[in-house]
Amino acid sequence: MTIHREQIGRSKDEMARRLALDIPDGAYVNLGIGIPELVARFVPEGRTFVYHTENGLLGMGPSPENGAGDPDLINAGKRQVTALPGAAYFHHADSFAMIRGGHIDLCVLGAMQVACNGDLANWSTGEPDAIPAVGGAMDLVAGVKSVYAITQHCTKTGDPKLVERCAYPLTGRGVINRIYTELAVIDVTPAGFALVELSPGVDFEYVRERTGAPLLRR
Amino acid sequence: MVDKQVQGPKEAVADIPDGASVMIGGFGEAGSPIELIHALIDHGARRLTVISNNTGSGEVGLAALLKAERVSKVICSFPRTANSTVFPDLYRSGKIELELVPQGTLAERIRAGGAGIPAFYTPAAVGTPLADGKESREFDGKEFLLERWLRADFALIKGRCADTFGNVVYNKTGRNFGPIMAMAAKVTIVQVNSIVQPGGIDPEVVVSPGIFVDRVVEVAEPMHESELVAAGATYP
Repeated sequence: MTIHREQIGRSKDEMARRLALDIPDGAYVNLGIGIPELVARFVPEGRTFVYHTENGLLGMGPSPENGAGDPDLINAGKRQVTALPGAAYFHHADSFAMIRGGHIDLCVLGAMQVACNGDLANWSTGEPDAIPAVGGAMDLVAGVKSVYAITQHCTKTGDPKLVERCAYPLTGRGVINRIYTELAVIDVTPAGFALVELSPGVDFEYVRERTGAPLLRR
Repeated sequence: MVDKQVQGPKEAVADIPDGASVMIGGFGEAGSPIELIHALIDHGARRLTVISNNTGSGEVGLAALLKAERVSKVICSFPRTANSTVFPDLYRSGKIELELVPQGTLAERIRAGGAGIPAFYTPAAVGTPLADGKESREFDGKEFLLERWLRADFALIKGRCADTFGNVVYNKTGRNFGPIMAMAAKVTIVQVNSIVQPGGIDPEVVVSPGIFVDRVVEVAEPMHESELVAAGATYP
């Protein structure tokens, strides 16, 4: 007997490809660790995005060929990367001035929970024995012009990640503008979650049932 | 005559006393001054407060300093790595204190310390648990948190090249916290791959002007943390 588990909605690559379509040519973009990193693979033809990594590089390129890397040239996920022609290095205070000062156009982050008022939780489960670690997430959501979350619609145990109110400790209050999941693209509006589009083959009721707060259909 | 060159890492850290506050540059292994940290372990100073973005990996460099139980407190933004249990073990057994600071706030607190600005307001962490107990104020309809400067007795930093006046250039993203820590410490010690005579670095490309740097020490072929960790190395 073979168990066939049907893929519903978009794969992670397809989610990243869909998100990349919404980034304008010439944008300065900061990509978080995990699914957000995939966005860099799907730059639409004719557009150039300049990637910022908060440890001190604008113009980040892909991973180097095996053995060609430099341990001093890494991204925020501490993986070796390359610097593209036109790149610039800078120190941490300048890097976070770019972030808090509103100079970065877009930040794409993973999420543990997003609330219908735009609150984001993505750094800690708040469990007592967890080692707290925050990195630059709180600065990014506080300062970057637009913040998109890219995430599975539900947790591995099937609980909605799009919720009325975050149960986990917040990364920022009212900071998320748009959410990309395998099922849909959803905006955070003053009236709550609002559907932008459904993934191919997914119907509205299916998404609504898996969303932990009211979902408006515009 | 100005000559900030010291003989080696051992001499460079010899006067760091017990209880000192020490800023340590680096983001992950990029810019981590491993030879200076190992010299500090050999030197033996205890009860240190370490200000650094991370807590090291494996059991070399910063992680080895923690493992040797020389550090009583870390001020840090991301004390977790995939390949080290040194900090988590110390933290869970109550042997080390942690002050967790958002990365950009950490950088700006250090910059402010070096620039003589005792406090500033930032939008980062508003509405989160890291705002607990902090003074907040509204500017132009938005809420901000008051954050204090950070200064230290010593800074240990890694650059690529320095001259004997203490002017420093860095290597790629190894720059990270180096320039701001150099400003914020009473005594700034920089290890570099090479030391040149004054005039050997174009003034247009100097990143840390020598006024912020007290000692430079040449480590021609510095070790890389990832290679040491992959080889299972420990220190001492």
